[in-house]
Amino acid sequence: MQIKMSGISKAFGPVKVLEGVDFALAAGEIHALMGENGAGKSTLMKILCGVYQADAGTIEVDGHAVQIHSTTDSEHLGIAIIHQELNLIPQLSVMENLFLAREPRRFGVIDSGRMRRETQHWLALVGAGQIDPDIEAGKLSIGQQQMVEIAKALSLNAQVLIMDEPTAALTEREIEKLFGIMADLKAKGVAIVYVSHRMEEIFRVSDKISVLRDGQFVGERVIAETGFDEIVRLMVGRELGDRFPKRAVEIGTVRLAVNDLADQGNIAGIGFEVHAGEVLGVAGLMGAGRSEILKTLFGVNRRTHGEVMLDGQALVARTPSQAIAAGIGFVTEDRKSQGLVLGMSVRENATLVHLSRYAHGGVVNGRAESAAVARLVDELHIRTRDAELDVKSLSGGNQQKVVFAKWLANPPKVLLLDEPTRGVDVGGKAEIYHIINRLAAAGVAIVMVSSELPEVLAMSDRILVMHQGRQAGIFSAADATQETIMTAATGGN
Amino acid sequence: MTPQQKATLQKLGPFLALLLVGAGLAFMSPDFLTVGNLMNVLRQVSINALIAFGMTLVILLGGIDLSVGSILALASVLTAMMMRAGYDPMFATLAGVFAGAVMGCVNGLIVAKGKVAPFIATLGMMTVLRGLSLVFSNGSPITGFQSDFFSMLGGGYVAGLIPVPVVWTLLMFALFWFVLKKTVFGRHVYATGGNAEAALLSGVKTDRVQIGVYTISGAMAAMAGMVLTSRLNSAQPTAGMGYELDAIAAVVLGGTSLAGGRGWIFGTLVGVLLIGVLNNGLNLLGVSSFYQQVIKGSVILLAVLIDRGSKK
Repeated sequence: MQIKMSGISKAFGPVKVLEGVDFALAAGEIHALMGENGAGKSTLMKILCGVYQADAGTIEVDGHAVQIHSTTDSEHLGIAIIHQELNLIPQLSVMENLFLAREPRRFGVIDSGRMRRETQHWLALVGAGQIDPDIEAGKLSIGQQQMVEIAKALSLNAQVLIMDEPTAALTEREIEKLFGIMADLKAKGVAIVYVSHRMEEIFRVSDKISVLRDGQFVGERVIAETGFDEIVRLMVGRELGDRFPKRAVEIGTVRLAVNDLADQGNIAGIGFEVHAGEVLGVAGLMGAGRSEILKTLFGVNRRTHGEVMLDGQALVARTPSQAIAAGIGFVTEDRKSQGLVLGMSVRENATLVHLSRYAHGGVVNGRAESAAVARLVDELHIRTRDAELDVKSLSGGNQQKVVFAKWLANPPKVLLLDEPTRGVDVGGKAEIYHIINRLAAAGVAIVMVSSELPEVLAMSDRILVMHQGRQAGIFSAADATQETIMTAATGGN
Repeated sequence: MTPQQKATLQKLGPFLALLLVGAGLAFMSPDFLTVGNLMNVLRQVSINALIAFGMTLVILLGGIDLSVGSILALASVLTAMMMRAGYDPMFATLAGVFAGAVMGCVNGLIVAKGKVAPFIATLGMMTVLRGLSLVFSNGSPITGFQSDFFSMLGGGYVAGLIPVPVVWTLLMFALFWFVLKKTVFGRHVYATGGNAEAALLSGVKTDRVQIGVYTISGAMAAMAGMVLTSRLNSAQPTAGMGYELDAIAAVVLGGTSLAGGRGWIFGTLVGVLLIGVLNNGLNLLGVSSFYQQVIKGSVILLAVLIDRGSKK
């Protein structure tokens, strides 16, 4: 199936999100769609799926102009989307999810036997035949849930599959599996639109790249004929300089010393030191216990064993507020559910941790607070018209900078970072790396969990690798390679 | 219209509705727009206002407090018993408010530490406290207080014109506005209601915020009980039944989200006045009390539907 979108424009009120965008997709190709947050990728894909209607422009399928007014229309055309936030209902079984709202019936009653057989058929087709059709969807790993979604799309006879950041929550192994399935689908003539921020993956799996910038189409490239630098330049419209800015910091004395740390069953035997000005990367597969180290240090999870020393003092942190008082900061993994109060303004979020610094006797000094926020907005280059706007109106990268701002009003001794650049575009990532470097230069000891190996390798001084809740080793970043890290993370030698 | 202007207009929606209803009533009944009648309306709404202010905090947290009517009754009964036993009326009044705070604190502990859903926790407390007020009072009203101080609480006037309960209400309004707008505690209420996990991970002691808010709600209900008991010169163990619903209606009418995190105390004051003005106006117009309920309920639904519609 060939799809051709031409001259697509879309505005929400006065804001033009897309202006005359072209996008062409051929059967049996994997086509990456790239652009910074807010470039219009999601809007373009939602128009293709019938969630939104374009204000102007045409969509052709196999040379015939079509109107896509609803998701039902796009489904009939064989277009399916797999959202970043998966859409399975966790309490329903896999087969109930697969056949939701089109359950096979016999005498008006759901035909479970047929539903189970067909579910097995579609799951086997995506190489996930081991998933039990009767298990609750919520009990599956994120990777398995994604397989179920893909199976569902195929059962709807999808010829075009749109995947929005499909690898963001997957383990390395699940990613390999997903890429295998994508190659299979491609061989069967399915066209795949691949939306992602991960350059390495895009260059591995895609055939073509289309780039959007500020709602405009800036170019289409064949993968074999382009490179990272050109794509980044297309996306941000300027030379970005180093993807990973260098840091020249004198590493100081030990700030955080962890010895034989364990929690209620996720991690055990963890021991490491982090010095002033040092970034300790934490790598490992999803579920290996990386975040659990941070959560235990921060008093979210209970420490059942081991000692933690902070600047030579024993750390007592049974709650986050005790950890903060002791001088620990925590940039959480999921900014929407853990990092920000989305209904509050940029200002209110930025001062949530250290509000009492701007208060006397519990009464907030509004002027002092606003001045401090103005400083942080300026210092971190947070792009917002007004700090009084809701934080949810900001792009992902700027939201993440607000999460950093929460801690920087009074820089902590140790800053824990959990996936600090997830869902942030290239330009935003570089700015966050600069912030990390500045903090290190100011003597903060940083522990950074990340699933992106290039990021861990480039930003860390040393790398702690986790494997199944245990520490597989600590490597000097200068000597480590992606291979050595992955070998340790998968339990190899 | 910019998004901010739209948001402001939306926020002022309930206020515009109040002005509209007021203007309509002024047009239909010559008795409505008189100083005497308006003071009467204000005095009538003060009990609901006091309860609704506390309820606003609870709802901002994403919670609900169904026990306010029972707290009102039990606190009133306790104060009345103390006065009958010869305690100083002022001391008895303060003790009653304190008792309400303790009852609210129990609500908060059950919700924050016991992790019980607020609806269930306060439903249980509602029944327990109602039972206790019947037990302590033996099921009959306690009457006959000889105290100028106590009868002034609900029946007195400041400067011969403004009823004392109205003064209380305005003072409490100012206090709540200040707390929500200007204090660390107020900010923590919004943050906890908006995203409890993010608040906790930012060092907000969310359990203390919850306990504090339910405690305040209890104290406010008890304070309303003092005003009511003073007005009636009688503490009734069955007083305050259904008051929680009036308070919730006022808070929601004022634009505070039941999901928590969004709302303001001015909206609640407007919601309280809207309900009060409707009651008063319908009485003046001689509408039967059966129809009054139909109309009141419809206005609440209509207001909330318009609010939801305009947010899309």
